[in-house]
Amino acid sequence: MLDLRQYTCLGEALRAGIERWPDELCLIEADRERENARFTYRQFQEAALPLARALQDAGFRQGSRAAIIMTNQSKWLISAYAVFYSGGVLVPLDYKLSPREQLALLAHSKAEVLITEHHIWRTIVQAPDFGSLRASTVLVTEAPPKAELAGAQRWEEFRGASEPAFVPRKRQDPACIVYSSGTTGRPKGCVLTHENYLEQCAAVTPLFPFWPGARYLSIIPTNHAIDFMGGFIMPFTGGGTVVHLRTLRPEFIRDAFTRYQITYMAVVPLILKSLQRGLEDRFAGLPPLKRRVLNTLIGINRALTRRRTRLRLSRILLRDVHKAFGGGLRALLVGGAFTEPALIDFFHGLGIPIYNGYGTTEACTAIAVNDLQPFVPDTVGKPVRGMEIRILNAHSESIGEVTVRSKTVMSHYLDDPELTAETIVDGWLMTGDLGQLDARGHLRLFGRAKNMIVTEEGKNVYPEEIEAAFEGLPVKEICAFAANYIWHAHKMTGEQLVLVIHPETGKRVTEELVAEIAARNRRLLNYKRVSGYLAWNDDFPRTASMKIKRADLAAQIREKCGRETMVQL
Amino acid sequence: MNTIEQTTDEILQLASQHFKVPLAELKPDDDFFTKLGINSLQALDLLTRIEQHFRIELPDYELQGVTDFRTLAERIQSRL
Repeated sequence: MLDLRQYTCLGEALRAGIERWPDELCLIEADRERENARFTYRQFQEAALPLARALQDAGFRQGSRAAIIMTNQSKWLISAYAVFYSGGVLVPLDYKLSPREQLALLAHSKAEVLITEHHIWRTIVQAPDFGSLRASTVLVTEAPPKAELAGAQRWEEFRGASEPAFVPRKRQDPACIVYSSGTTGRPKGCVLTHENYLEQCAAVTPLFPFWPGARYLSIIPTNHAIDFMGGFIMPFTGGGTVVHLRTLRPEFIRDAFTRYQITYMAVVPLILKSLQRGLEDRFAGLPPLKRRVLNTLIGINRALTRRRTRLRLSRILLRDVHKAFGGGLRALLVGGAFTEPALIDFFHGLGIPIYNGYGTTEACTAIAVNDLQPFVPDTVGKPVRGMEIRILNAHSESIGEVTVRSKTVMSHYLDDPELTAETIVDGWLMTGDLGQLDARGHLRLFGRAKNMIVTEEGKNVYPEEIEAAFEGLPVKEICAFAANYIWHAHKMTGEQLVLVIHPETGKRVTEELVAEIAARNRRLLNYKRVSGYLAWNDDFPRTASMKIKRADLAAQIREKCGRETMVQL
Repeated sequence: MNTIEQTTDEILQLASQHFKVPLAELKPDDDFFTKLGINSLQALDLLTRIEQHFRIELPDYELQGVTDFRTLAERIQSRL
């Protein structure tokens, strides 16, 4: 791999990788059982430079911002490289957001260029607030021949003829603006610098090295920090290959492991569960004797890997299981805090190396990773290289807010000095998570100090967004919480949202009101829905500026009501 | 060719069989995530079942933002 200390920006590091391994395989793009495209690093460069030239010809220059809203595919990385090559700032947005949310973040980021796919563009154009779009250049990929482009240009035809200028940036310059929330309400645009990414990449690569031939299967949206790092920066600075799969269907994901001999893959708990189900179904179909043999082998594997993982040994012992994962799998990466320890343990028992870790966008992905020496399923591992962790205001059992300091911590929240000052205090990033460091230096998480929740599908949900959906209800006030924030569950999985309703004075929660809540709830995306409500008859505690004091309200509720008072919707 | 009503009915039947929910409880405007109690991956499973039935191929993104049976039927109808 490259020594990243010698580079000042992502564009430079990526270009160095491309020039070092011109004939190695860089990208494979697959759709179901078909293969759409393959690129060597040289071919990747040849695809990206004309785009960079055309962007520069259209006025894109140092510090200009370009947003990408795309599913996982080769054109995502080609476009991102063209942006970095031109000294631009990348704004990766989630393709799963609603068009309204995408338009709000495009406006907030002040992106001058939008690069997207035709089917996404179609929905953006139809959104009522389409008029708010200010991007002067819109590029769409894969538009059908006669498609109405509503002012956009075809990505495939947007090519400049001459050599583009390479525009270097300094380490402290912004590389990306990544939104960790804020679709309705207050957008949180994390401004991450080139230094943040280069340092993160250098810190994590020793754990998950890439080399020509190592392959990363990319299914988590590339706007997510983990896929951006594991499915772009790390393989490119090590000569590895990124495999894009343009479907999330479990049967094709399973097939991709063997078809493409995958080395690494990052997963959300939901995908991991589906892989588990697939294996369990296969195990259940075995004749009784084979089943007994398998169970014995799993037992032996567990005993032999108690102190540390022994991948080679596990591959021999449980050959068929490992063959189903292609035989060359070195790591499944998963956000440990939000994954049931039993689920992680299932894979560990089979000798499938599963690394649970913990990170936030604000810290540019990873904060801690389990190094499997030994395997501890209920922690999120030790701090990655260069990461200092301090537990703040620890109370019972040394549990307190996790704060971190590292060269990977973001510069600031875009256009929000107030929130930045609350979040980065004396150089320490307040993560908003409650944790404890054990004697071996492993971090264990206990819930949220702040009230953002992370769903099983790996999505961040903020109560403020949920409240916006229930605005105007005929009640005095409402407040949404993660149920585990009110009633500490000492775990971060299986989270539910609860709506606290303060009815008008002298009134009760009527059937009509509940019906209205249920109707509005259905209009929310499924992962944002509240599971139940709780009627509360006191005024909410508020700050001088009338913001709800969420922690105080949660404490009051906790004191008076148990979790069972929550009425399920 | 199927009418949109027929397509919708067939989708309701497939969903009812696949997730073992009585057909009488499913209506075209129902939110299938809530009504069937499924997550996004299970919804993709349903999509695979629907593809086999109608002998078409629907990319995952066709389901993006779709939550009710009627809209799903419209997306399928446009490919029949």
